[in-house]
Amino acid sequence: MTEPLLQVKGLSKRFGGFVALDNVDLAVNPGERVGLIGPNGSGKSTLVNCICGTLHNETGSVTFAGERMNGLIAHERTRRGLARSFQLPRPFMSMSVADNIRVPLLYTVAARVGHHVSKAEADARCMELLKLVALDAKAARSPRDLTQVEMRKLELARAMAAEPKLLMADESMAGLSHSEVEDIVQLLLRLNERGITIIMIEHIMRAVMSFSQRLVVLVSGRKIADGKPDEVIKDREVIGAYLGQ
Amino acid sequence: MDINLLINAIIAGLLLGGFYAAVTAGISISFGMLDIVNIAHPAFILLGSYIAYSLNVGLGIDPIAASILMLPAFYALGAFVYQVYYVSFEKYGQESLRGLAFFFGLLFVTEVILLLIFGVDYRSVNAAYIGSSLSVGPMEFPLRLLVPCVVALAMFAGLELFLSRTFIGRAVMAVSQDPTALRLMSVDPTRIKRIAFAISIATASMAGAILIVIQPVIPSVGRDYIGRIFAICVLGGLGSLPGTLIAALLLGVIESITSVFYGPSWAPAVSFGILLLTLAVRPSGLLGR
Amino acid sequence: MRTPVFVLLEIIAGAALFLILRAVNNDYLFFAGYTVLQFIVLSTAWNILGGYCGYVNFGSAGFFALGVYTSVFLYTVNQNLEELMPEWLLPLMQAIFPLPMPALILLGGIVAGLVGLGTGYLTLRLRGVFFAIATLALAVVLQTFVVNWSFVGGSRGAYVIPPGTVPILGPYIQYLFLLMLLLVILSLTCARLIERSRLGYGFATIRDDELAAEACGVPTLRLKLIATVLSGALMGMAGAPFPYYIGYVEPGSAFDLSYAVNSIAMPMIGGTTWWAGPMLGAVLLGTLQQIATVTISSAVNLLIVGLLLIGFVIAAPDGIIGLWHTWTSRRSKP
Repeated sequence: MTEPLLQVKGLSKRFGGFVALDNVDLAVNPGERVGLIGPNGSGKSTLVNCICGTLHNETGSVTFAGERMNGLIAHERTRRGLARSFQLPRPFMSMSVADNIRVPLLYTVAARVGHHVSKAEADARCMELLKLVALDAKAARSPRDLTQVEMRKLELARAMAAEPKLLMADESMAGLSHSEVEDIVQLLLRLNERGITIIMIEHIMRAVMSFSQRLVVLVSGRKIADGKPDEVIKDREVIGAYLGQ
Repeated sequence: MDINLLINAIIAGLLLGGFYAAVTAGISISFGMLDIVNIAHPAFILLGSYIAYSLNVGLGIDPIAASILMLPAFYALGAFVYQVYYVSFEKYGQESLRGLAFFFGLLFVTEVILLLIFGVDYRSVNAAYIGSSLSVGPMEFPLRLLVPCVVALAMFAGLELFLSRTFIGRAVMAVSQDPTALRLMSVDPTRIKRIAFAISIATASMAGAILIVIQPVIPSVGRDYIGRIFAICVLGGLGSLPGTLIAALLLGVIESITSVFYGPSWAPAVSFGILLLTLAVRPSGLLGR
Repeated sequence: MRTPVFVLLEIIAGAALFLILRAVNNDYLFFAGYTVLQFIVLSTAWNILGGYCGYVNFGSAGFFALGVYTSVFLYTVNQNLEELMPEWLLPLMQAIFPLPMPALILLGGIVAGLVGLGTGYLTLRLRGVFFAIATLALAVVLQTFVVNWSFVGGSRGAYVIPPGTVPILGPYIQYLFLLMLLLVILSLTCARLIERSRLGYGFATIRDDELAAEACGVPTLRLKLIATVLSGALMGMAGAPFPYYIGYVEPGSAFDLSYAVNSIAMPMIGGTTWWAGPMLGAVLLGTLQQIATVTISSAVNLLIVGLLLIGFVIAAPDGIIGLWHTWTSRRSKP
């Protein structure tokens, strides 16, 4: 039995009097495709923020690849292979598209291999990633010149540039058209084929169902379901709290 | 230690603290609630001082009364400044660096203009209550501190009532927490912010008049107050008017005691020292959100 | 262009400037030129933290004055060696003191750098706004300490008497000018190196979106500290020769707010994203100020600087360089 890649135990997070996450447990195995769903305000993004270190959780632990993450700041977690993309794309506006991809290469990958990545190597990796998301034609352009779906892809490509073991894709498809959603799902599937464990946080059920091997449901900060997608969507509590809406 | 000296130092500190609260009230609104770092606020206060001075010397009007007359003008000035700030920066979400530089430039330009018009001589005002004191037992209440303190606290209380009781006041408190909700109530957040900022500048008018009653001024006096204002704001907790009052009184007393027992040349370090300490230890302040 | 080539070009340009001024042989030009060079160092230093990282430092005067007063302190120590030093240390101290100017510059830089490290460590974890206010606080606290420290002259000020002449060069001011020229070369090289290195990318991500930077693996606190220390140290180095330049130092002039305004206005007017932007702003604004001070008045001069700062911040936030870029890209579009 393989050790879970990511082990979240008893995670709780409060904002003043408001309980955003209540004793959440989550285990994700290497190579798995997990879908995380739940109504707005259920704490999905908060969970992502706590796991990757942007927010501090009051109680509970996050263990990644056998190492406790408590106390580690965000960039240290990224360096250990835990990456996330942002719900609203946050590209570095003053740089070109290619340079956006370069940053995680220069900082995360270099830190991991222990030496600087040479210019030639960085350029090659950038282009490879850009080709993967079909943005290589716009490599020298500013992120301002990108369409919505292209910004989402850039966001994912940038997270990928850190060569993560686990990627948390936070609502990368909101507001996209049918074919654009399909585009992103295919991209994530291709990434998973390369061995990257993926947690997809989404509202678009069609995408979640076609992508996930396992489905986790979060409602009002608590996990109410965790299992095979076909079984979870038939769960009464899940239907009542979320799907029935 | 002379107990009399200590008691009077504390009293002077409390009276001064009341004044500091009025001076800071404006920033409590613009920085604490609107997130606009208006470091030019002391310059507006000085502007208020000099206008009150001119009216006092020219027309013989009591400085504090003069400042009340000037409230609409300062309100309009505040609305204008906010409009420039909004159109240039806030709309594009570029506040940080450029907004700070903008207000810093404003602080500097205002100070220099006042310097050019009024020169480097200290200016002070004449009012009936300057010079005499109210004595209660061993305690001395200099009127030149007492009257401004009372006026300052009245203004402060008025502001607090406005924010908690009137619709616009509550909209101001709401805009800092949830602009979307405001929009859903068909209230334009930008208009509310403009009103709030204009009010904060209007408070500078009265604060300026009070200042020149308490002490003679030259244009660079504004800079001493930058530290005090932000120290009080941060110590009290951003966005909390009651916190501002407590912090202001605290600062006033500490400064007064330092001044009396260690010498007045250490006073500027007190406020900034408190600021640095608070930022390092408890950035959310005493009563912060 | 590779860095060693760049440095060589800088040295050639600097040497040429120096030799031309020597040929003209007007001491005033050296005095005025020194001020402009000083501004180039200050604004380039400011820009490393302000323009590249997006963290505004209002306390340039404080870091500058740390260099100034380190020099004043060591000068006063030198004047009073017999009273201050114990018997057994005296011969050694008399051999070391007076410290040569380059040593003073180095020490000024170290002191300012350490203070920058301390301040940064306390406040860089907070929002950029609080850092800016803290730098203002720092300048005032430092000024208050100096005012109350009679050893360096307190509020009365301190006289520093420079040597009249220097071997080979002649007038002492030319020696100071040369040293400041070297500091200019140092700071410009630093800025340009950063811009083209991994550090430059890191700084830019901090400016653009710190949260996303962290998520990409950028150690933001460490980088901000590096920027603060570098920026502060350069400012301190610029301050070290100042007492010897001006002869009489008092806290009011050493901590003058105009240093803060100028070190912000010059990069913003020249352009904050390019290493040469602050230099451009410093030369333009510095020269303008010299002219205005002499022809109109120093107060009006400051007014002009303030108005230009506001104007550029509103209308041309990328400075003159930015305007030039926009103008050239418009022309190249069909």
